[in-house]
Amino acid sequence: MTTAETVTGAQSLVRALEELAVDVVFGIPGGAILPAYDPLFDSARVRHILVRHEQGAGHAATGYAQATGRVGVCMATSGPGATNLVTPIADAYMDSVPIVAITGQVPSGAIGTDAFQEADICGITMPITKHNFLVQDAAEIPRVLAEAFHLAASGRPGPVLVDIAKDALQAKTEFSWPVQMQLPGYRPFTRPHGKQVREAARLIVEAKKPVLYVGGGVLKARAAAELRMLAELVGAPVVTTLMARGAFPDSHQQHLGMPGMHGAVAAVTALQKCDLIIAIGTRFDDRVTGKLATFAPNATVIHADIDPAEISKNKTADVPIVGDARDVLNELTAAVRDEIADGRTPDYSSWWRQCADWRSRYPLGWEPESDGSVAPQHVISRLGALAGPDAIYVAGVGQHQMWASQFISYENPYSWINSGGLGTMGFAVPAAMGAKVGCPDKLVWAIDGDGCFQMTNQELTTCAIEGIPIKVAVINNGSLGMVRQWQTLFYGSRYSNTDLKPGKTYLPDFVKLADAMGCVGLRCESEADVDATIEKAMSVTDAPVVVDFVVGKDAMVWPMVAAGTSNDDIKVARDTAPDFDYEMGEIVSEGGEH
Amino acid sequence: MSRHTLSVLVENKPGVLARVASLFSRRGFNIDSLAVGPTEHPEISRMTIVVNVDELPLEQVTKQLNKLVNVIKIVELDPDQSVQRELLLVKVKADQATRSSVLETVQLFRAKVVDVAPDAVTIEATGNADKLDALLRVLEPFGIKELVQSGMVALARGSRSITERNTLRTVERTA
Repeated sequence: MTTAETVTGAQSLVRALEELAVDVVFGIPGGAILPAYDPLFDSARVRHILVRHEQGAGHAATGYAQATGRVGVCMATSGPGATNLVTPIADAYMDSVPIVAITGQVPSGAIGTDAFQEADICGITMPITKHNFLVQDAAEIPRVLAEAFHLAASGRPGPVLVDIAKDALQAKTEFSWPVQMQLPGYRPFTRPHGKQVREAARLIVEAKKPVLYVGGGVLKARAAAELRMLAELVGAPVVTTLMARGAFPDSHQQHLGMPGMHGAVAAVTALQKCDLIIAIGTRFDDRVTGKLATFAPNATVIHADIDPAEISKNKTADVPIVGDARDVLNELTAAVRDEIADGRTPDYSSWWRQCADWRSRYPLGWEPESDGSVAPQHVISRLGALAGPDAIYVAGVGQHQMWASQFISYENPYSWINSGGLGTMGFAVPAAMGAKVGCPDKLVWAIDGDGCFQMTNQELTTCAIEGIPIKVAVINNGSLGMVRQWQTLFYGSRYSNTDLKPGKTYLPDFVKLADAMGCVGLRCESEADVDATIEKAMSVTDAPVVVDFVVGKDAMVWPMVAAGTSNDDIKVARDTAPDFDYEMGEIVSEGGEH
Repeated sequence: MSRHTLSVLVENKPGVLARVASLFSRRGFNIDSLAVGPTEHPEISRMTIVVNVDELPLEQVTKQLNKLVNVIKIVELDPDQSVQRELLLVKVKADQATRSSVLETVQLFRAKVVDVAPDAVTIEATGNADKLDALLRVLEPFGIKELVQSGMVALARGSRSITERNTLRTVERTA
């Protein structure tokens, strides 16, 4: 226990951040937070990265947290500074990312008077934070910071906002550490219920057609190794959601791919036709289940999640298990071992024949562009092959995001970062910046669309100035591609306001833009040049690189389950449904004839 | 749909009522009645929330409420095993011709008169919702000038207390 020392509230804040082992804060100063920036200037342990827009600070904190597992921190002033953090806070809330946002507030005497740059950021962020605090007493600062970091990182992680009135930052107070947290209503630690775990193990060995439905909770619990242990012991097919890509190696023979709206046919269909869902750290999101009433109609559901409110929220669980994914996986593995030791060994051989057949008949793929332009899927696929499984890939939102999930082979946890729940365009560049700051020795590629890129690319200036050499692949189809795809499919090809550039111009010219922001800019316009351009981008190590991949605009993301329809109605291409009615025996005999 | 009475112990801090109200609004749950006040512990407030939902949404309500960091404990009160009361203040027209009839009604319902004017009386009544509805139906013909009604407050019958120190930190999880 350190002895109390007299400091200002601002000094107390910086000391608390140091005690909490914060090594980096992304932010922008302004009037109300200004007192905090003075002692921050002197801190040898906390690096402040001056971003160009508060939204960039928030997504950078998320990228940092997703890459490292540590709490990401962003800082902004009151009013517009704070409201610019709203989108990244909502994003982190939907994807359960541990970040702490620290905002300045107008002096406590001015709160409620519509003072200059006053916004009720606690009120605004109430529904999109795990919790938030308004601090008006300097003495509370260290305790509230400790509580904020604890809340953000424990249980189901999430964003926590700490709003500090300017006079509290200026006031004299005493700093001592450690502090006693006061959270009588917060009890995030629950052990998985032994009886439920044994029941789950019994169902697993008795099932004929099970699927392990793995969500981002497995990554949050840092339980990829434990997942693999259970999966290999049981031998069931595994599907990983958009938030869980990398939690189980894509190359593993038990992996059927991603389920959901743009999932692999084998993954979607296996979930749909299984007799047992073993759901770990996932929330039966509408993008996975399709029309809920028709989702996995014959499945018994084992649902394990650290958040009890997720269990039976969408799909009723037959066996609910509340607990951290790592504990659940360990205990489930032990319980299944007991079942096997007692002679009850699962047999999924006929199920596997079916799943393997779906996988081989409906692999992910793409058609070349009819107009001879570069296929965006080719670019992303080559990027994954050349950058390899040790790189970190950070996507924006839209077609490029789905292709990046589909056509890059994720072999390691924390190699894929994206905005899943909120679907935040503009996520990639700042999140990649945060990931690179957290993992400076990793190759970090942002894969972005030209629509997304134009929302947040100013953070490349931050990257250039601060020495954060990320690489950005702009998959430039000159349009808001995913929206355009929906217009093609559902709005009679009427392209209302999705065309981003007139004709074959470069507007903006992303190569010049990159150059203007202190980055290396490259352009690639033919499939023959794709590999060489990627190699060239990777040869630059001392500056951020932007590659403008000019691609066709007619490519679509397949497979697709249209919004609001059943997973039974998955299409592998436009107007083309998989044929599930054939007999597998027929195929075998057909094969014999050739 | 059915009515459920939840007793919710919360930290006595600014903004907690807003958090609870915001949660109900965001998740699309309707509140029939809400009453909040201090308890025997100065750091704890107690909310009595009446919701009109089915069994499964009720489970969501309690689970989501439990996730609020300032919520300490949630108990559902069985209407048969608890005392449930609302407070009604009603100003009724009462001149010389009708005053005695109004006062008779007050006596019948064990209510009381808390203010008298030449042409009106103000009546205070407590009870469950059914009793107060009945009282209002009888008073209606005299002419109701103004009324105000509190949310319901409720306590479980018997000697057990949900705010006893040793029960404050028990984990209330349904799943």
